[in-house]
Amino acid sequence: MKLRIIRRMATSTSTTLSDLRPGERACVTGVAGSGPLRGRLLEMGFVAGTELRVVRLAPLADPMEVELHGYHLSLRRADARTVLVERR
Amino acid sequence: MGTTSPSDAPTPAPSSSSVAEHPEPSGAPVLALAGNPNSGKTSLFNALTGMRLKVGNYPGITVERVEGTLALPDGRSARVIDLPGCYSLLPRAEDERLARRALLGADERTPRPDAVIAVVDASNLERNLYFLTQILDMGVRVVVALNMVDVARARGIELQPAVLEERLGVPVVPVVARTGENVAALVEAVDRAAAPGRLWGLSTEGEEALAPLVAAVRAEGSVPAHASEAEAIRLLIHGKDPAALGGAVGRAQEALAAAGVEDRQGLEAEHRYAFCRSVAQAARGNAAPKGPSRSERVDGLLTHRLLGPLIFVGIMAVMFMSVFAWAEPFMGWIEELTGWLQGTASELLGQGILHDLVVDGIIAGVGNVIIFLPQICILFLFLALLEDLGYMARAAFLIDRLMRVAGLSGKSFVPLMSSFACAIPGIMSARTIESRRDRMVTILVAPIMSCSARLPVYVLLIGAFIPAAWQGTTLLSMYLLSVVAAIGVAWVLRKTLFRGEESSFMLELPPYRLPSVRGVLQTVGQRGWVFVREAGTVILAISILLWFLAYFPKDDAITQEAAQRIEAGEDEEVVAQWEAGAQLEQSFAGRLGHAIEPAIEPLGYDWKTGVGLIASFAAREVMVSTLGVVYSVGEADEESEPLRDRMHADRKPDGSPVHTPLTSISLMVFFVLACQCMSTLAVVKRETNSWRWPLFMVVYMTVLAYVASLLVYQVGGALGFGP
Repeated sequence: MKLRIIRRMATSTSTTLSDLRPGERACVTGVAGSGPLRGRLLEMGFVAGTELRVVRLAPLADPMEVELHGYHLSLRRADARTVLVERR
Repeated sequence: MGTTSPSDAPTPAPSSSSVAEHPEPSGAPVLALAGNPNSGKTSLFNALTGMRLKVGNYPGITVERVEGTLALPDGRSARVIDLPGCYSLLPRAEDERLARRALLGADERTPRPDAVIAVVDASNLERNLYFLTQILDMGVRVVVALNMVDVARARGIELQPAVLEERLGVPVVPVVARTGENVAALVEAVDRAAAPGRLWGLSTEGEEALAPLVAAVRAEGSVPAHASEAEAIRLLIHGKDPAALGGAVGRAQEALAAAGVEDRQGLEAEHRYAFCRSVAQAARGNAAPKGPSRSERVDGLLTHRLLGPLIFVGIMAVMFMSVFAWAEPFMGWIEELTGWLQGTASELLGQGILHDLVVDGIIAGVGNVIIFLPQICILFLFLALLEDLGYMARAAFLIDRLMRVAGLSGKSFVPLMSSFACAIPGIMSARTIESRRDRMVTILVAPIMSCSARLPVYVLLIGAFIPAAWQGTTLLSMYLLSVVAAIGVAWVLRKTLFRGEESSFMLELPPYRLPSVRGVLQTVGQRGWVFVREAGTVILAISILLWFLAYFPKDDAITQEAAQRIEAGEDEEVVAQWEAGAQLEQSFAGRLGHAIEPAIEPLGYDWKTGVGLIASFAAREVMVSTLGVVYSVGEADEESEPLRDRMHADRKPDGSPVHTPLTSISLMVFFVLACQCMSTLAVVKRETNSWRWPLFMVVYMTVLAYVASLLVYQVGGALGFGP
């Protein structure tokens, strides 16, 4: 349901990390949500202005692998949904 | 574990420079090693200290502490403390809390470090610098080990250490920790370690709000004066109690809010990263990383949607087959050694209680445990190799979605798989799970996974009571039962005791690297030694206790009767076996067996099985040898025909057989589910630093085992599978 709403927004350039397809590049505009998850995402480098690239999805389409700041990170798509990005 | 030859250890070049400037009153300077996970911190630690290390535990918490010694250029030695690798000094997880306390000198057992060796991964500069800024904020003396410059170079990143030195105000020494390259220069640079303090700034409003808070922290003195800024930033950004420091925290946070800053976390992260980015760009010059790295191409295969899972299953299969196959000869040697020790001890001690205690109690008991050392070493060899290669992170990536069904994450997979060999390394490897809930659930269900110590019991019972056509299926069923039960219990625990939001799974996928042979062997040696030392001491105590229970009291009447029967010409061996059985029946252990008989009768067991059950709570494989004594066949192992035959022939007073296929299945189910391993409990106690969880584990697993066996026996009987 939620995914479908996000899909519909896909024509616009601003979306969430979770909605990017492998190979797509984007720029972080912010991290929604609160609490430890947000703190961890910020620490791992999801701060505004960061360039990232989705490398691949795991075999069951979750989690996803992202490259940012020159390193590779895997995170669940539910968590990636809180990362707001601008498509490149 | 032993000593290493001097040539193995990196020998720093001799130098005339003096020791660290702030020696501890106790003498040896203390160096702390800090850095991100995957920054090569452990490799550097090994390169610095060789094999001269101690493994311990921080008080009150559960992350391993490793300490070693390092020869300084002037011939003195420094203590090197390896702090847990973490991404932040914000005390969110145990490892972070620990690193922070150690750096502040707030840890009772860890002296305040005189200098910090900060490990920075040159191929991943921004995020590593982020952590470095947190260390520098604390006002401690720092020297930077710029590690993996070779990896960075291969990716087209050529860093200029001089630029980093200038921007950071601390010595920066490029090293390759895995090969030991330039480590000697790092050791010499320790003398020049500097404490530049905080280098980055918040926004103007941020700094204005921070200043009075720094003063308040300094006045209160809860942290060393040099760490006041770090503490003030922590309180400003994350402080939950506005009334803290006489309301200074609340006032500072309000000042920020008044200036329009609602997102304090974002403020800190963005300004820190901005500083890190500018430093990294300056150090890198204009060089940009080349296209997809070699790692990414390898990952195209190893985490491929179809091939990835297949390769994964293949690797796991090879690993577990090897654990069984390769351990065999070593286990044989240990058995021989145990036998030789028993023989020698017998000769030395002659007949008597001391002989029986040493030979049947101590040597046999400890030997029962040491026998699993080869399996543990082989398993850790594989795990260390895969970890060092960088494959473990990929395995977790592949399996995360499936583990989520049980409420766990990909990080629980390896500990649970390892538990098929032995729950102890499995439980120890759960340390890599940062979510406390996930880690506790993993530790609590790991012992259900059918470990190798259950195998002798399965072999004995299946061989004796299960028709040949069903033997393989029965054995497989026991393993499947253990998997299903572990997943089920994990699911229940996640819904009850460890309820909470679905844990997030964020895992760095480090570049693939060739494993360093020395590092891997060191890991295996350390783990093996911890197993021998920690579990060995507990097992020794339990073995002695069990021996006492089974040995005392002695009934003189039985001894006399045996002597008379031998005099009357009966076969000496037969009489000796009868005597052992009779003595056991009236020993404390035998009486216990009779005492619990009413409780285990509904499961289909008699008092003899009860004695075995009680003994097997020390270690499962003790069941087989205990049954051997009970059935008066003396030294029995799972292949001994007399034990099978006698169990077969054993009759109740009414003439029906004591053991049937149904009772044996009931007993095997009990063994699948019950927590019968003192070593496991000792390790759980060590890992959780509390007796509460091992106790909980025994209770829930015993209840589960009892209920399941009861169901098997009663329902099976009602369905007509009974005797």
